[in-house]
Amino acid sequence: MATLTLSTLDKKYGGFHAVKGIDLEVADGEFVALVGPSGCGKSTTLRMIAGLEDISGGELRIGERVVNDLPPRDRNISMVFQSYALYPHMTVAENMGFSLKIAGRDAATIDTAVKEAARILDIELLLERRPAQLSGGQRQRVAMGRAIVRDPDVFLFDEPLSNLDAKLRGQMRTEIKQLHARLGSTVVYVTHDQIEAMTLADRIVIMRGGVIEQVGTPDEVFNRPASRFVASFIGSPPMNMAEATVTRGALHFDDGTEVPVPPTFTVAEGRRVVLGLRPDDVYPEGHGIHSESGHAVDSRELPVKLSEPLGNETLLFTEFGGENWTARMLNPRVVKRGEVLRFHLDLSRAHLFDAETGLTLRG
Amino acid sequence: MDANASARLKKRGSAWALNIALFISMLIICLPGLWIVLNSLRPTVEIMAKPPVWIPRELSFDAYVDMFSGVGQGGIPVVAYFRNSVIIAVTSTIISLAIGMSGGYAFARYRFKGKSAWFLGLMLTRTVPGIALSLPLFFLYAKVGLIDTHAGMIIAYTALNVPFSIWLIDGFFRQVPRDLAEAAQIDGCTRWQAFWQVEFPLARPGIASAGIFAFLTSWNEFALASQLTRSTDSKTLPVGLLDYTAEFTIDWRGMCALAVVMIIPALLLTYAVQKHLVSGLTSGAIKG
Repeated sequence: MATLTLSTLDKKYGGFHAVKGIDLEVADGEFVALVGPSGCGKSTTLRMIAGLEDISGGELRIGERVVNDLPPRDRNISMVFQSYALYPHMTVAENMGFSLKIAGRDAATIDTAVKEAARILDIELLLERRPAQLSGGQRQRVAMGRAIVRDPDVFLFDEPLSNLDAKLRGQMRTEIKQLHARLGSTVVYVTHDQIEAMTLADRIVIMRGGVIEQVGTPDEVFNRPASRFVASFIGSPPMNMAEATVTRGALHFDDGTEVPVPPTFTVAEGRRVVLGLRPDDVYPEGHGIHSESGHAVDSRELPVKLSEPLGNETLLFTEFGGENWTARMLNPRVVKRGEVLRFHLDLSRAHLFDAETGLTLRG
Repeated sequence: MDANASARLKKRGSAWALNIALFISMLIICLPGLWIVLNSLRPTVEIMAKPPVWIPRELSFDAYVDMFSGVGQGGIPVVAYFRNSVIIAVTSTIISLAIGMSGGYAFARYRFKGKSAWFLGLMLTRTVPGIALSLPLFFLYAKVGLIDTHAGMIIAYTALNVPFSIWLIDGFFRQVPRDLAEAAQIDGCTRWQAFWQVEFPLARPGIASAGIFAFLTSWNEFALASQLTRSTDSKTLPVGLLDYTAEFTIDWRGMCALAVVMIIPALLLTYAVQKHLVSGLTSGAIKG
């Protein structure tokens, strides 16, 4: 295992600047997830770490070694591809032992390593099959087996679960987490699914347009988003937002409504800001996660435009500050369309962003 | 009769009709081949008889015995022709495959300037009929001393086969996911090893097909060979067929016997290679 250091790492395709000088330090044994929308540069970054893309500028270190110009085989990394990329003309055992065979290890060593990996991943009975005879989940396991057989310095995962159905994805997520806990390996995991990133990673790197927007623990990126983009990207359903102007200690929304400036913020008079509140922090009276005591709660009556019952909770859609907002109703009851409910807005958990730069106004 | 029973009957009837149609088509396709084998075993009188004699009265291997009995004793230099054919066809096939694989791989994997134009240009060369090239080629070869040489024929056939080989092999490499070569590189392969260990085995059906086509084109080609070869040093089997024509007569039996000798290696090769023509080998490589 090893550390991984990206220093002002840059990637250009002709005139297109895909990754713009990013810095990142991944500690030994750390699980880091790169997330962001399509085209944000996360996969390009991963492919640069793997050696599958040339690095246009900056420095990449694995452990103490600068590996900028080393071919993939000399970097001692393993990668699990989105498509699994299993060799169809080889059996599962041959697929898993391929890297050791290329390295010139003897048959007995390969056999032992393959069997050990197969045991860890519970695929011992599949070793003689070919990839075409496996289900999606089994192929995923074989791809991971192929990666762990090498005992690499760094594991790279490129959206490995995106081809699985929702149930299997949840199951494999748990398995990856257990595997990481067991092997204690350094992992860089690319995904566009923020739930995967939140559940798996020690730290999350949120990218947009080739730059890193924020690096932090799941708790940090969820509770202290550095920008409006991070706030809207992390969390499901996404954070509710509405633009307002600060006037006489209150936020005046464009539709005429107003709420007090959240207690943890001090903002200058006349400034354009964006108020952000997670659906958990907007709830009908008596149906919230937090009790109202000790919180700066602003209450108002709003009509429900639509409701989505999910069993243990119901998502309510309403309009506030000229935007469509989502509220989470715990211990739900049936809510009729158009019904007017008293909603609490927990302003002590609110976020404020600069309307122009999108950056947080938290000190 | 209810609707299900009549539908069942109709389905069975159409399956039978299809089988019969297939049988008749195959019969028509195979008939010339059978006719050649048959004619090589019976006298010219019977071959030329009108109406045709379908069931031969007697069969003999005289034509084969004559063919191998040496020049001057009714035979032709069949061993020399055979050797020439093998040397020319095998060498030009190997070169065509080497170029076809490199070209096909490049077109399938790399982006370069004028790629479409290059590809189209290669395909356009196939629109020129081979015979139209024979005269210019003859002049050119006469100038550089390639007339009546193995090398001359190998170059001509390689040029004929390369565009088709590239086109065919390109299609097969396109079906091999790029991820596989990348996975192989991460697993420790060089670019070259990744090609031979992963991409080549998966594109093998295409390469085998291209090989068969290239071999058969060179093996059977007559028009160019009849212009560019002169002696037993380079004459191929198809040109050797002309040895059975005289000023006023054609020895149809001998010609058919030589045709059979030509067909056998081609059949054997096709049979040997066909097991590599298994398609769908790439299934299971990626999600599915």
